[in-house]
Amino acid sequence: MKMMKHSDALEQFAEQLETGTEPEMEGRSLWQDARRRFFRNKAAVLSLITLTAMLLTILLGPWIAPFSYEDIDWDVLMDIETLGSPSLASGHWFGTDQLGRDIFARTLQGGQISLMVGILGALVAVLIGTIYGAVSGYLGGRTDSVMMRVIEILDSVPFMFMVIMLVTVFGRHIILIFIAIGAVSWLSLARIVRGLTMSLKHKEFIEAAKAGGVKTPAIIRRHIVPNVLGIVMVYSSLLVPALILFESFLSFLGLGVQEPQTSWGALIAEGASNMDVTYWQLVYPAAFLVITLFCFNFIGDGLRDALDPKDR
Amino acid sequence: MLSFMTKRLLVAVPTLLVIALVSFLLMHLAPGSPFGGEKDLPPEVLANIEAKFHLDKPVMEQFVIYIGNLLQGDFGPSFVYHDFTVTELIVQAWPVSLELGLWAFLLAVLLGGLIGTLAALKQNSRLDYILMSLAMSGVVIPNFVLAPLLMLVFAVQLGWLPAGGWNDGQWQNMILPVVALALSFVASIARIMRGSMIEVLHSPYIRTAKAKGLPQSYIVLRHALRPALMPLVAYLGPAFVGIVTGSMVIDVFFTTGGLGQHFVNGALNRDYGMVMGITMLIATLTILFNAVVDILYALIDPRIRHS
Repeated sequence: MKMMKHSDALEQFAEQLETGTEPEMEGRSLWQDARRRFFRNKAAVLSLITLTAMLLTILLGPWIAPFSYEDIDWDVLMDIETLGSPSLASGHWFGTDQLGRDIFARTLQGGQISLMVGILGALVAVLIGTIYGAVSGYLGGRTDSVMMRVIEILDSVPFMFMVIMLVTVFGRHIILIFIAIGAVSWLSLARIVRGLTMSLKHKEFIEAAKAGGVKTPAIIRRHIVPNVLGIVMVYSSLLVPALILFESFLSFLGLGVQEPQTSWGALIAEGASNMDVTYWQLVYPAAFLVITLFCFNFIGDGLRDALDPKDR
Repeated sequence: MLSFMTKRLLVAVPTLLVIALVSFLLMHLAPGSPFGGEKDLPPEVLANIEAKFHLDKPVMEQFVIYIGNLLQGDFGPSFVYHDFTVTELIVQAWPVSLELGLWAFLLAVLLGGLIGTLAALKQNSRLDYILMSLAMSGVVIPNFVLAPLLMLVFAVQLGWLPAGGWNDGQWQNMILPVVALALSFVASIARIMRGSMIEVLHSPYIRTAKAKGLPQSYIVLRHALRPALMPLVAYLGPAFVGIVTGSMVIDVFFTTGGLGQHFVNGALNRDYGMVMGITMLIATLTILFNAVVDILYALIDPRIRHS
């Protein structure tokens, strides 16, 4: 009887092993763990949904909008204060600006510019920062100290002012703003990646790669960089809103993109100067900007909590 | 300690030189001459002007002259306001920015510290959540959104405060700019303060103080506050720079006549002299402030000094 029970249990266990129906036994990778933790964070998930909706609106909205962002609606031009106010009937859902241009279309167009600057700028920063930091940290020695000194010097430069000086001298170009933003934002990322690399480079798998005759550039590319990507992701998700803010700041001061193109900062500046009559010019672009910034910040926080090994 | 301080300050010198060189070269790369205005000047007059501004000399020599002038506090001529030198304009605008910045700084540190401490003491309570979501909003909402909204409510709708201008620093004129400038810093400081205060409150010596039966206010003020302020010191350097750059928006929006307004106007009018002068001033201040913060930090924390 006893034997019987034993063999039953054994059989059952063997069956389970075959079919693999025991979730407790399954190993979870870092990324699976992180994903689970991220999706448990309500603020982060809500932000992700909102941001996706926002992105879709900005990208697809111009096809839905009854007006283009640069066309003047002559019908409302004589009385912006009443005819140009937001209404579903006139097709100007967010109202028009002083020149009779549709605020909804302009907000979407401004969003395209703002998000493009934010995301592309962050990509540039990630690319430069990761490579710079990984090379500096992996090579060490004199190369490292020279590379770090360069960062120290650049770090103490008041970049906001340097960027505005660049814009003053060379005129306003969206490309110039990209370059300026890219040049500013990779510094702290390079520092973070360098620190991570230094702790990675004495690990066994790097030794193994070295012993196996892998060349230094390949070690950095294949073994170092993939292992720092998690932290880089967290950082860049917080970098995007910072860059959007930076571009908006420049545009608010009138030093960013040029007419008829626009960005959220420029729209807010325009709205602010007319806010006592046509408040909608200020409120809608400001709301879009603030909501986007909130979403990115919550997602960044969520990612950080999800990937932070201290929490596990 | 002395060697740490000198080392730290010596690093600042080449940095400043690099910034000066870069901005100087940028100005020379700039397309067009600052004097190629509406009408063509006779060649003799142009030559005279160029001689006056040393534009006829080789670039390196011009740079040496420029640095020499800078060291004497001479930022050169403004290319737009011909009757003023950049130094004169800076001397005019600096007190405004300083007064605005100092009030904002004071407000930010006091209010931010208070909010952060309160939230830390009531950690995970409803009060904590409310304060921290307010702080999150303060961090996220940029001052160029906040300033118009404040003005819309308090100046346009309610009419309690003037909508702009400086009026020789009347307090009514200062309230809105100071608040608009300070709020995001209040929020950041509150968040930093809460974090560090919670960490300090969980440390063993605070538990000992509690076990001794000391009243909470005494524990917070005498034992917890000072170590909790440490991370704030590191934040003060960047915060200073932030207040100065943030004041660009505030100065322009509230037309206070501060440095930020001159800087932005200079940039819009391509007044190279003005833009470069203010950049050099801010760069010097930034670098000096960062050095001071590092030294302060080393003074407080011996581990940094000896590493």
